[in-house]
Amino acid sequence: MAKEKPNRTKSLFLYFHDRIRKFYSYSINGFRTFWKRRKSGDLWFKGTIGLVACSVFVIMGLMVLKFLQQSSLSITTYGLSFLVGSTWQPFPPDPNAQPVFGALPPIAGTVVTSGVALLLGVPISLGIALALSEFAPRRFGYVVSFLVELLAAIPSVIYGLWGIFVLMPFLTQDVYPFLQKSFGFLPFFQGRIGGFNALTAGIILAIMIIPTVSAISRDAFAAVPGSQREAFVALGATRWETARFVVGYSRSGVIGAVVLGLGRAVGETMAVTMVIGNSFQVFGSLFDPATTLASVIANEFREATSPQIYVSAIMELGLILFLLTLVINLLARLTIRRSMRMVRGAELL
Amino acid sequence: MEGDMMSFKVQVESLNAWFRDRQVLKKINMQINEKAVTAIIGPSGCGKTTFIRCVNRMHELVPGARVSGKIFLDGEDIYAKGTDAVKIRRKIGMVFQKPNPFPTMSVYDNVAAGLKLNGVKDRKRLDGVVKESLKSAELWDEVKNDFDKSGASLSGGQQQRLCIARALAVEPELILMDEPCSALDPSATARIERLMRNLSKDYTVVVVTHNMQQAARVSDYTGFLYLGQLIEFAQTRAIFENPRNKLTENYITGRFG
Amino acid sequence: MNKYTSRRIKNLVMMTLAYVALIIALIPLASIIIETIARGASAINLNFITQETAPLGQVGGGIGPAIEGTLLLVGFASLWAVPIGVLSGIYVAEFRDNIVARTARFMNDVLSGMPSIVLGIFAWIIVVLVVGWSVIAGAFALGIMMIPIVSRTTEEAVKLVPGTIREAALALGVPRWKTTLTVVMSSSKRGIATGILLAVARVTGETAPLLLTILGSRFWFAGLTEPTAALTLTVFDLSQSPFVSVDLPRAWGASLILIMIILGIYIIVRYLTREKYGR
Repeated sequence: MAKEKPNRTKSLFLYFHDRIRKFYSYSINGFRTFWKRRKSGDLWFKGTIGLVACSVFVIMGLMVLKFLQQSSLSITTYGLSFLVGSTWQPFPPDPNAQPVFGALPPIAGTVVTSGVALLLGVPISLGIALALSEFAPRRFGYVVSFLVELLAAIPSVIYGLWGIFVLMPFLTQDVYPFLQKSFGFLPFFQGRIGGFNALTAGIILAIMIIPTVSAISRDAFAAVPGSQREAFVALGATRWETARFVVGYSRSGVIGAVVLGLGRAVGETMAVTMVIGNSFQVFGSLFDPATTLASVIANEFREATSPQIYVSAIMELGLILFLLTLVINLLARLTIRRSMRMVRGAELL
Repeated sequence: MEGDMMSFKVQVESLNAWFRDRQVLKKINMQINEKAVTAIIGPSGCGKTTFIRCVNRMHELVPGARVSGKIFLDGEDIYAKGTDAVKIRRKIGMVFQKPNPFPTMSVYDNVAAGLKLNGVKDRKRLDGVVKESLKSAELWDEVKNDFDKSGASLSGGQQQRLCIARALAVEPELILMDEPCSALDPSATARIERLMRNLSKDYTVVVVTHNMQQAARVSDYTGFLYLGQLIEFAQTRAIFENPRNKLTENYITGRFG
Repeated sequence: MNKYTSRRIKNLVMMTLAYVALIIALIPLASIIIETIARGASAINLNFITQETAPLGQVGGGIGPAIEGTLLLVGFASLWAVPIGVLSGIYVAEFRDNIVARTARFMNDVLSGMPSIVLGIFAWIIVVLVVGWSVIAGAFALGIMMIPIVSRTTEEAVKLVPGTIREAALALGVPRWKTTLTVVMSSSKRGIATGILLAVARVTGETAPLLLTILGSRFWFAGLTEPTAALTLTVFDLSQSPFVSVDLPRAWGASLILIMIILGIYIIVRYLTREKYGR
């Protein structure tokens, strides 16, 4: 027979004692599990190399920050006129006058040389990509693609050296006069013919982007599913007609390749600097010397130690170049990614 | 081989095919009747797909592939020296195992693809042919209001019928089908089987299938291939009810394959 | 048959044009290699490789410091960039679905598209402003260029390791992190090595980042915080020299040595990857 009136205090005590015990045992167990995981190292590993992988974020972030910081003086002094002004005078003749910096010549030069590079380089790259992926037999393609890759391995400064002493004489003696004779009615083929000009730079750039554009185009072509190719061939198509189909199928990949080529052309420094003539006039003819964003930086950096505004102006050029290539590269990567997804998606049915 | 008065659309003589060092087809001799459905059956790896791809000269596209022998289409040897494979393929329509409509093109453009390749630009003519082909493929009613849909947005069965329409649009002499229903569900399969029978009124059809019941349902003639050799070829009823060769009998009764 | 013949003609014309494009692209390659050999070979002799550099226009001397400088710069750059690149690549490959991994990969791609001169400016800001024109600055700049390349190739190599190998190790009770560091890495070491070599070949040929970080020098290595020479920079400076008759052959000679180093690395890479292509 149970007691009629249980001791109140005692039951309360028991109650709390029970709860505390439960709490204690749960936390000890939790801690033990946590400790076991810590000892097993998985977390440590993932955390450590994750941190290392984040270094790339640090680098990019720091770059944006520092560039803005260093060019702030120039930005605040010249504002928008920096982008449209055409005078570049770090040391004006009048000692009392302020230095003037205008980036229009290098910007125009960058645009024109890249344009020429794309105009000449893209058709050749597409031709190569088609020849290697659609027309040529396997073994041949393997050897030749290695050679095209070698074009990318040649240092830019050697392109420049070759450009000055081998390509330029050839162009000024045999090609440019012919161009002026046949197309001289066009304004950009007029004027005195020199070797150091935007056209020469554009031609070398075209050669330099060929490996990039053709390799990525080939990747895009290779991603076209075999079943699609087969279906088209079964309809009775010639090699060329099938090639045209493949290019159409992978068109966004090809566009991505071209944009990447553009990115390379815009950022290319040494070869361009060595052949472009480095003149700050906004040029009228392709035969005139010119300048680009990258080549101004390359030429003037080592001497631009003072005044501070000079350094800042060059930094601003660097900032423009940085942002320009950033945007171009982002566009290219997104386009290529999208095209790969579409091609693979169609295959999944 | 039978005493039918119909002429032979395709005559295969001593066809051999290799893939690298392996001989996949060994001295095949076969005669395909016009305006009939001929089924090719056999266990996996027996060479049925290779055989059918030799008929429209697709086998040779694979690196390492080799073909010898003769195949006469309407009396002309497609493997004769100097014959352009492109011309041959133009005359033969092919439907593949997995439906492969062109996703970058609309339904209309898919069907018209073959015609456009041949330079037909007249819009009215294209419209007419597309309509006829879609009707023959029994897809017309389902897409007639929506031509601009991408070819890949249809269901599996519809896609396969689209591929059939695409093959029909160029008015082929011969239609080859490589296991056309193996990727489809039963109701879509039934539709295509019915379609095959209808097509045979106007076209010569050769079907490769691993499904014996399908062969029995659909075809007029059947050929049994085993390890690259043609073991038996006869009217379908004869093969299934009264096979002459022991191997054929074993296969049909399910003892192997 | 008229339409048909015109299709055949078009086919032939287009295919020919494609091959012509191929030839057009290979002509500069041939020209560069041939000219470099022709014009540079005469300048190369033992003195050229081992002696200190004379001032512009002065006869004698060699490009010894430049060769040493290039090797040192690339060496120091690899020292810090390769571990980061490899670990980063492993992370992205092993923890693929992680948002951090995906963004890191994307950032890597973007970084690899940055012009080398922009990276040179960055190195100038971070290092030269603090320490001055120096080897450290150059190694820093080259390192930044190497990280994305090494990371990407490591990632591709690790991804190629079949899941079955990983699963076998895990089923034996090997913890995840150990699996990665031992089994996975040893299966992908060839791909990783290839990636490192490609990155090395790439930065050996870079000039712009060095232009803004090492200043150049005529003398042997003088210390990590001192300026130094490099092959690429030397070629550039020599090409701009007004004393053409003396300095131009040197420029070609230096170019030849540079190309030989880079081509040598590429040949090794092709040798390492030869099995992938079967017969």
